[in-house]
Order: sequence, then structure tokens, then C-alpha cells
Amino acid sequence: MKKYLVTALVGFAAVVLGSSVLAQKTTAEGIAEYRAMLADGNPAELYEAKGEGLWKQARGPKNASLDKCDLGKGAGVVKGAFVELPRYFADTQRVQDLESRLLTCMEQLQGFNAAEIAKTRFGDGEQKTMESLVAYISGESRDMAFNLPQKHTQEKLMYEVGKKVFYLRGGPMDFSCASCHGEDNKRIRLQDLPNLTKQPGASTGFGSWPAYRVSAGDLWSMQRRLNDCYRQQRFPYPGYASDVTIALGVYMGVNSKGGVSTAPALKR
Amino acid sequence: MERRDFLARSSGATAVAIAVSVGLPAHAQTAAVNAPGWNKAAFDGKSLADVAKAMGATSAPVESKDLVLRAPEIAENGNVVRVGALSNIAGTTQIAFVVEKNPSALAASFDIIAGTDANVETNIKMGQSSNVYALVKAGDKYYYAVKEVKVTLGGCGG
Amino acid sequence: MSDPMRIRAQAQGDKTTVRVLVSHEMESGQRRDAAGKTVPAWFIQSISATWNGKPVMSAQWGTAVSKNPYMQFSFKGGKAGDKIAVTWVDNRGDKRTDEAVVA
Repeated sequence: MKKYLVTALVGFAAVVLGSSVLAQKTTAEGIAEYRAMLADGNPAELYEAKGEGLWKQARGPKNASLDKCDLGKGAGVVKGAFVELPRYFADTQRVQDLESRLLTCMEQLQGFNAAEIAKTRFGDGEQKTMESLVAYISGESRDMAFNLPQKHTQEKLMYEVGKKVFYLRGGPMDFSCASCHGEDNKRIRLQDLPNLTKQPGASTGFGSWPAYRVSAGDLWSMQRRLNDCYRQQRFPYPGYASDVTIALGVYMGVNSKGGVSTAPALKR
Repeated sequence: MERRDFLARSSGATAVAIAVSVGLPAHAQTAAVNAPGWNKAAFDGKSLADVAKAMGATSAPVESKDLVLRAPEIAENGNVVRVGALSNIAGTTQIAFVVEKNPSALAASFDIIAGTDANVETNIKMGQSSNVYALVKAGDKYYYAVKEVKVTLGGCGG
Repeated sequence: MSDPMRIRAQAQGDKTTVRVLVSHEMESGQRRDAAGKTVPAWFIQSISATWNGKPVMSAQWGTAVSKNPYMQFSFKGGKAGDKIAVTWVDNRGDKRTDEAVVA
């Protein structure tokens, strides 16, 4: 498994080194320039604006807005909530990430069926609403430092569960999250892979989702990104907003402490 | 305002029904309708020469150092490539972006009205690595600047 | 129905810079859907902007402009409080105008 990545990198390096002799910039510098040029005018802003509207709009069978939704800092408080999630919620008695919490609020306040939304394909129906909501909410914590609470027993437990899940190898290629994100200075093709086990990699990775994925032409939430991670590992996705995915969020989020969130960001 | 609401509410089969009731032929609502003034010939062009000709050039555009094209050397994904052009050529009235290897070479053409800077930016799609041109019309002369942009197809990470 | 554009206009010194993000699929007509059918082209063909009612920009776009398009331009003059209006027309005959105030 490790050989696969190394072979791929060596093969790629050969191609890059061959052409870089003539190129003025290294490939890494070229990609950095490409990304910098795109930074102003991130289509994620369109989703942020839409999300703000959806947060405030009366919707669903109960015809209510989300302005009483508690994302951890009090009912209706959006600013700063993203950088403290996932966290424990007394009303549901569980640790929840942003999307799990939005499912709770959409069901309790607006009357939507959370299980139905969880089963809906990414980008369809209320999953489309979710894209805009997570863009808006994460945008309200832009440039703020991650500070997930680790006081409640469940929060601490979920960190340990997340760590175990992070290192759990499985699937036909025997990959774990750590295969790509467990060490410094790893790269796959043109993307640098952040080391999510500690700073600065943790917040570089965790704090850049949700993101507008240029290759998809859509805004991807963290859950959608995790879904893609599992797809790339050829391992079944544990389910939308499942405890396993929330635990991973706790692990990455706590590791990100002090690092700054850039979400919603722009990705290839 | 009303027209936008009408268009907004019409969709699919409903649109056809409304169109028919209003007296329009059923196919009119769903067929593509080119915007007034849209230069179809230019957008059908397959090369810089084609595009320039469709824009009114009678001879080949000339390379100019007074036209600065901003484009990345390598694009992580061809769906979105930021390009910009700044023309210091006096009398610039049009700036266009042409991607040689795209099926439709002309991506966008900006009219430079008096008082507006000859400096525009936009995001374009590139199907593959290609030369990207900024093409400028100044008076009745045409100029270009070119840059090679390598396009990689997305990736696996990120 | 289309979503609003995001228009940011900044007056600095003797000029105003306008950045626009448009919500639009900009379907090239080259793509195939899951069933293998070609998705028809659906894209903005013309876009223009006015400053306090006076035209300051117009452009023609083709299928090679990216989805959720971005553009930036600048013009001489302008001050905080001035009105910028941007209008687009696509190849389905749909139209949209959004306004913003210069900051």
C-alpha cells in the first residue's frame, strides 16, 4: 500500500523533474500561483449569501426559520460557532458536528425529516439547502481560531474514537485516513496532503472545508468531503452525519486548536 | 420585473403550455435564443485568426508588448482558470480571451467603453493545455499577447 | 429562477473597481449526463453594467466562461454611494439584473 503511493510519487516526480528544468517555476509554485489568482471571487460566496437567506427564511412543514437553532453558542448565534464544532449538546445528549446539528434543527424547528435528508444524495433536495447553510455558517467563523470544547466526557470519548477511526485500515487497498494524512510532507499528484494529526496540518485541512470544489463546480460540505475520502479508499462511507464521521471531526478539530479557519475555501 | 417573474415561473412543460396559450409556437420556449448582438461567428471560430476575422480584422493580429496577459503557468483544474488582460495600447475598444485548443476558441470578449479601463479579468474553462491569447482591437488594428497554460486534470487529493 | 449576483464595487482614488460573481450553470453543451445524453448548452451570452445608469461595461461570453462566472473591471470616477447595476442575458432568453452600492 505504501509502495503504491511511493511508486506514484516517483513516477510523477520523474515527469515533473523532466519538465521543471525548463520551467521557470516549480510545479508547487505554479499551483500556488493558480490558487492565489482564484482567491478573489470564490464562488463559495454565492452559497454563503444563499445560506444566510435560507437560515432566516421560514421553511418546512412548521414554516419556521432557523434563527432559534443552537449551534453551541446559544440559540441563533452563528458567529464563531463553526470553530467550536463538533461539540456536546445537552438537548440531544450527544456530540454533534455542524451538519448533524443542522439536521436536528431542521427537524425540530422546521419539521423536516432528518433521516430523509441524510439519505438524500449530495446536491439534491434539502442537501442543496445544506450546502448553502454550511457555507454561510462556516463563513461566519472565517479567520477565527479553532477552539473545540473537550470538557464533557462524551467529547473526550469521541476524540479517542475519532483517533481510532483515523488509523483504522480497511477496504481492498488497506487504506486508513492516516495513509494520506498521517505524516508530514506527503503529496498525491499535485495536491499537498496536510498532516491532520497535529498542527499546522490539522487546521490547514479541517479548516478548509466546506469548500467550493472547482472540479465539481459545487460547494462541498465536510460530510461530502469525507464521503469522497472513503470513496477514494474504496471503503463504504459510514453514513451522513453518523457518529463515526462526527468522531473524525472531533479528532481533526481538536488537533486544529489555535489554527485558523479559512472556510468556505476553494479547492481543485 | 414582470417578465422576469413570468420567466421564473415558467419551466418545462408549463412553459410550453403557457407559450401555446399566449400564441407562441410550442417549440419557441425551449429552443436556444441567442442574445441580441451576440457574435455567433466569433464564437464559432476555431483559432485566433478565425476569431479576429469575425471581430472585423482584415489582416493577422500582431503581437504587442503593450498588452499584458495574466494567466497561470499551470492550472490545477481546467474548469476554472483566472485570466486577465491589461492593454496599454491607445484606443483599445475590445479585449477578448481566446483559448486555442478549446472547441469554441473565443471564451469572452469585453467592450471597453470610454472611461472604462482596458483591464479586465474573468474565469475561463480550458479543455486541455493550450495557448491562451488576449486579443485586442484598437482602432481598426488587432493585437495579441500569448501565454501557454498547462492544464492538469484535477487530482486525487484536496 | 436564478440566484442573485454578488457585486462588490470599491471606489479608490480616481477609479472604481467592480467585481462580480454570477450564479449560473454555464453549461458548455459538451458534457454528457449519467444516462449518456449531451446536456444542452446553457450559458450567459451577454453581460453589461451601468454606473448611475450610464453604461460602463459590456461583454459577450461563450461556453468557455466558467460556471459561477467571475469578472472584474474598473472605470474612472465613482464614489461611495453610487449605484452599479449588472444585467445578464443567457441563451435561453433568461435575464437578470442586480444592483449594488459603491463602497
